[in-house]
Amino acid sequence: MIVNQFLVLAAALFALGVYGLLVRRNIVLILLSVELMLNAVNINLVAFEAMLNTPEALGQVFAIFVITVAAAEVGIGLAIVLMIFRNRRSANVDELNLMRW
Amino acid sequence: MSFADWISQPVNWVFLVIGLAVLVSAFRVVTSRNVVHAALFLVGALGGSAGLFLLLSAEFVAWVLVLVYIGAVIVLFLFGIMITRAPTGLDEGLDSEQKVWPALLSLAVFVTLAWGSIEAFGTNPLATTGTPTVTEILGESLLGRFVIPFEMVGFVLLAALIGGITIARRDLTPVEEEERITA
Repeated sequence: MIVNQFLVLAAALFALGVYGLLVRRNIVLILLSVELMLNAVNINLVAFEAMLNTPEALGQVFAIFVITVAAAEVGIGLAIVLMIFRNRRSANVDELNLMRW
Repeated sequence: MSFADWISQPVNWVFLVIGLAVLVSAFRVVTSRNVVHAALFLVGALGGSAGLFLLLSAEFVAWVLVLVYIGAVIVLFLFGIMITRAPTGLDEGLDSEQKVWPALLSLAVFVTLAWGSIEAFGTNPLATTGTPTVTEILGESLLGRFVIPFEMVGFVLLAALIGGITIARRDLTPVEEEERITA
């Protein structure tokens, strides 16, 4: 196995996440795309760790940190989505123009 | 290393199968017309990534991914979908009409990243294949050199949980508040 096969796969996953982020209208689906991008970063970190083989397993430690922060992000993001939906009866980002002037 | 050498290793066949499954699932996540299906295809993409982590001999991270993402985050997403969208069937208004520019942009992102990593790393081999990282090393790293980031990230998680509860809690209307006091 070479390191590049994982890096190119992660790049493809990241690009798909970018596409979803730009195309989707529903906030929950936008958050799903963000998860895809974070997962691509995790694959990169673990692949670099397998390439460099550091004594402290640094890449895997950082991947665990990314997973934790992503879990926190989903929790708070969905709470905000819930609040917006309760106030506006919509989870569509095109209709959320309250802060636009 | 030529392609014939690369493809002759059985582990690369495993990689190709898992990688293809991950890519197809990820593609369905961003294109599916059904919200619930998109969330369930994310399970496929993340499960495939856990398989890749196992290939990269990062077994602890792989199982953390399975537990945290597939076990908890996807359930949270399904709750979010159920709460924000009562009809969970097909929906035509799910995507923006403009798809060409986002597709071009994401293609540019892919080409840039892939070209950069191919230029930088070429055919660098992986140092470890087959021998799993001992979880002991990860634990000593997390509670040794990285103990302060570890505690910080735990604090961030706690703050996010409390913040999430506070944001999502419904405030009582004045009438309900009155009833609660009198009751």
